[in-house]
Amino acid sequence: MSVYPDDRRYSRSHEWIRVDGDVGTIGISDHAQKELGDVVFVEMPDVGEIFDAGQEFGTIESVKAVSELFLPVAGEILEVNKVLTDEPGAVNEDPHGDGWLVKIKLSSDAEMDTLFNAADYEKFVEEEAKA
Amino acid sequence: MSDRGTLTSPEPLVRADARLDRRRRFGSLFDAPHEGRVGVLFPPLDVPEADPAALYGKEHRPGVEGEVEASEVDVVRHFTRLSQLNFAIDTALYSLGSCTMKHNPRLNEEIARLPGFNDTHPYAPEHLSQGNLELLFRLEEALKVLTGFSRVTLQPSAGANGELAGVLMIRAAHVKAGNARKHVLVPDSAHGTNPATAHFAGYSVIELASSPRGTLDLAELDAKLTDDVAALMITVPNTLGVFEENILEIAKRVHAKGAYLFLDGANFNAFVGKVRPADMGVDVMHMNLHKTFSTPHGGGGPGAGPVGVGPSLVPFLPMPTVERAGEGFRLDFDRPDSIGKMRAFYGNFGVLVRALTYILSYGSSINEVAENAVLNANYLRKRLEPFYHLKYDAPSFHEIVFSDHRQAAMGVHNIDIAKRLMDFGFHPPTMSFPLIVAGALMIEPTESEGKDELDAFADAMIAIAEECETSPGIVTSAPHTTPVGRLDEAGAAREASRPGNFAPVLRAPVR
Amino acid sequence: MRYIPNSPAERDSLLAAVGVASIDDLFATVPRVVYHTEPPGLPPPASEIEVRRDLGRVAAKNAHLGDWTSFLGAGLYSHHSPAFVSQLLLRGEFLTSYTPYQAEVAQGTLTAIWEFQTHMALLTGLDVANASMYEGASAFVEAVLMAERLTKRKTKVVVSAGVHPEYRQCLRTYLVNFPFTIVEVPLGKDGATDAGALAAAVDDATFAVCVQSPNVFGVVEGWRAAAGAAHAHDALAIAVVNEMFSLAVLEPPGAAGIDIACGEAASFGLPPSFGGPLVGFLACRDAAKRQIPGRLAGRTTDADGRPGFCLTLSTREQHIRRERATSNICTNQGLFALAASMTISVLGKKGLREAAVQCLSKAEYLKASVKALPGPFSVAFTGKTFNEFALHCGVPVAEVLRRAEARKVLAGVPYARLEPAAPAYRDLLLVAVTERTPRSGLDALLDTLRSF
Repeated sequence: MSVYPDDRRYSRSHEWIRVDGDVGTIGISDHAQKELGDVVFVEMPDVGEIFDAGQEFGTIESVKAVSELFLPVAGEILEVNKVLTDEPGAVNEDPHGDGWLVKIKLSSDAEMDTLFNAADYEKFVEEEAKA
Repeated sequence: MSDRGTLTSPEPLVRADARLDRRRRFGSLFDAPHEGRVGVLFPPLDVPEADPAALYGKEHRPGVEGEVEASEVDVVRHFTRLSQLNFAIDTALYSLGSCTMKHNPRLNEEIARLPGFNDTHPYAPEHLSQGNLELLFRLEEALKVLTGFSRVTLQPSAGANGELAGVLMIRAAHVKAGNARKHVLVPDSAHGTNPATAHFAGYSVIELASSPRGTLDLAELDAKLTDDVAALMITVPNTLGVFEENILEIAKRVHAKGAYLFLDGANFNAFVGKVRPADMGVDVMHMNLHKTFSTPHGGGGPGAGPVGVGPSLVPFLPMPTVERAGEGFRLDFDRPDSIGKMRAFYGNFGVLVRALTYILSYGSSINEVAENAVLNANYLRKRLEPFYHLKYDAPSFHEIVFSDHRQAAMGVHNIDIAKRLMDFGFHPPTMSFPLIVAGALMIEPTESEGKDELDAFADAMIAIAEECETSPGIVTSAPHTTPVGRLDEAGAAREASRPGNFAPVLRAPVR
Repeated sequence: MRYIPNSPAERDSLLAAVGVASIDDLFATVPRVVYHTEPPGLPPPASEIEVRRDLGRVAAKNAHLGDWTSFLGAGLYSHHSPAFVSQLLLRGEFLTSYTPYQAEVAQGTLTAIWEFQTHMALLTGLDVANASMYEGASAFVEAVLMAERLTKRKTKVVVSAGVHPEYRQCLRTYLVNFPFTIVEVPLGKDGATDAGALAAAVDDATFAVCVQSPNVFGVVEGWRAAAGAAHAHDALAIAVVNEMFSLAVLEPPGAAGIDIACGEAASFGLPPSFGGPLVGFLACRDAAKRQIPGRLAGRTTDADGRPGFCLTLSTREQHIRRERATSNICTNQGLFALAASMTISVLGKKGLREAAVQCLSKAEYLKASVKALPGPFSVAFTGKTFNEFALHCGVPVAEVLRRAEARKVLAGVPYARLEPAAPAYRDLLLVAVTERTPRSGLDALLDTLRSF
């Protein structure tokens, strides 16, 4: 039984996306939050901004590191998770739930096929750890 | 988030009772307002008193609300207590890799405080500033002897500022030659200021992967050294403490492409007086006077970052330079190709005085600095090698980079080892870089440590290695004897990031 | 050598432990052709006795301000430095400690940084100040770059000619590789920035509007014109202050709509030391704090709830962000930010004001006396001033300086020295006073002027 929920896809840069119609919710995986350590700040895009698949849409900071966030599929920002302004630690506590980052309107779902399912993502993480 | 095992603190009662040892209680002067206290007496006003309210009308400010009110006694006590909370090189060895925490001679302080140096204004007429100009001239001459460069600018305020001056000069030279070029090559082991500087100067940064020995890989260099490369920035010895054996070949290849070789001189302590950078083909190098030349770190500055240049870059030096003028000296502002100014006035003059004093004190024996720095580092390597993992096996110079690889297997990381080292009275080593060594412990003892202090440090590190095996909890929950326990840095960053949460400041209302 | 503890015997035992025959063996990887076994071409080592004699003689060739009456200002003012400040700075725990990256063993330094930040914020009327900058000119450059990061997609910076010429020169040096235009706005007849010219220069491409007050001619400009002009086009207003005692009697930038304040805090107890080390400052509003360069101290607690301070928001800085850093700045001016904090603390609310009133009074006395002089001197500008003003000389400035020198008076800074390529101002002498300038000194200067 995978640590990673089945209802979504995962990118090589450790973001996840869960799609509901043409709205996608995006966050970072449990593996990513562990690597980062205590999240202290998330730099969010503006609502209405449009990004390509794989484009950087923000950054996520812990005390000692900054990581770029890459949008798994192309889309327009509909909403950013305001909870994270006061409680950035929500990303650590519930990375797959309350710690979501942004919601987007998908431009297309073509790129979804290039993303991992939960089982493949878990394997990917294991192989990365061995390297 | 590390596992906090059971804590057996050696001094559990020290911090438990707030009444004990008031010196350990501290806060800022703003926590204790003492309305009505005064700290200074001025001479009686010997002219008619002006009325700022009448003069400035609407722009008058009645006072600085929220400011401290204290007597001299309060202020002296407060800052004296604060000083007692700090570690310092005056107290014990600092193993901070790449910082060259060496002894700060007190003669330097005395000379810098001579009123003839200290109490002089940069805009005093040149004929009344000949002593200051002579000092600048002599320091430049001494640094020229040690580096082999044609000229040295003393203007940059610190190492990073010197790096920027160097890269700006490189760019100015390329622009003058007709092609600014696009990229700067930087090894993946470089200090963070290198890519930050290159970017600031308008170049994009191309990273070079280090060889398995931790040095520059010539094949990697050839692959990325194109006609669009303006410069290669290297550190020698590099941040792993390894000397680039291929430095002459590297310089040759860089020059063949019309690019410049920039040497980050942060590690000059490893070879000062024994190798001259210009001889290695380096075109421009910055130095850190607060590292190699003993000027004090002062809790985070001031420093000074002189930059030496070869003949091709001399026209681009910041202005003014100091030139001979008959029997004396003058400031030269007539430099049409100069990049301009890095700061107001001439540099961190007081720091420059300290550096020249240091150089005069050593004189021709300054090669003993590097010799003993390298010897001391190698001695520590020999003592610590059985206990700590060494990722790169090449011969060490003035610093060694261990990693926490062995201790990590027991759940202990470099930060825990660092915090436990504080309990033994030592400042931790550098940990945040080089990025290519995970869990790094970068140790640089410098030459100004005796065998006894080196052994005490090694003994402490070995004791901690043993604790990692037998009782890792005491390490992961360290420090135990410092005025505060391990501070919550994540909490601090979150607090600071929250809107409106930074400082409790009383602001004058915006009308 | 006295700074290298190990005796020859101890060195030999280290060599034996390392397993090499000689120190040269440890340098084996250095290419032979660049490795010097002979000592470098410097004179022999000097004892303290010899260095004191040598550099003492050098220092004696300078005119120092304890010996002379000085009216030199132009960005660096010689205020009172309380006696205890230089003595406390010599405490090893302050002088020889490192940057406070390991907070648990640096609470002294971190508390002092927190206090410096708070003093700068209170004085400027803004929310957040950093742990210090190198000095005023580079602080100004960093403020401009910060404004650009905050506004994005804009390309023009408008700078008053009242900003110190060296500061403006630095801006041109640092910005040379950025796609930005610098537009300078002239001063009006009253010596303040020409309001009409300022408004005309600012447009939607502008990201920053910069003024200095008191400006380089000592004229108090105030901040509101710049703030208004900037905000009308969604630009940021930057205030430059290099005489911070002015903030004890004048409206602070933060109360007048300024977004970023920067400049020089050396007035607080630092010796002039031929122009360095000094201590720059940078302050901004809370909303902009993520873009502020340099180090920041923040509050936190340990696991037992004990309060303390640590460096924070470090992810802005070069050692983490590398090429994406807000600046490449690494070192700040730690020891001198500490000196400034000590000085401000012992002056306190009352002392800051009293010193400022003394400065103002002495300058007003001098101005009034100059105005009453029949000869070829006048106060150049009608604008209000604080502790510095521009003296218009109807005779060669060099001759004024020469006659003053004969009375052991340093009469002021010729503006031509700051900006040789500004012929309109070549007859101006910048004259500054502080609470240290005695009446006898003021009168000595007036006597010099009367001699023409």
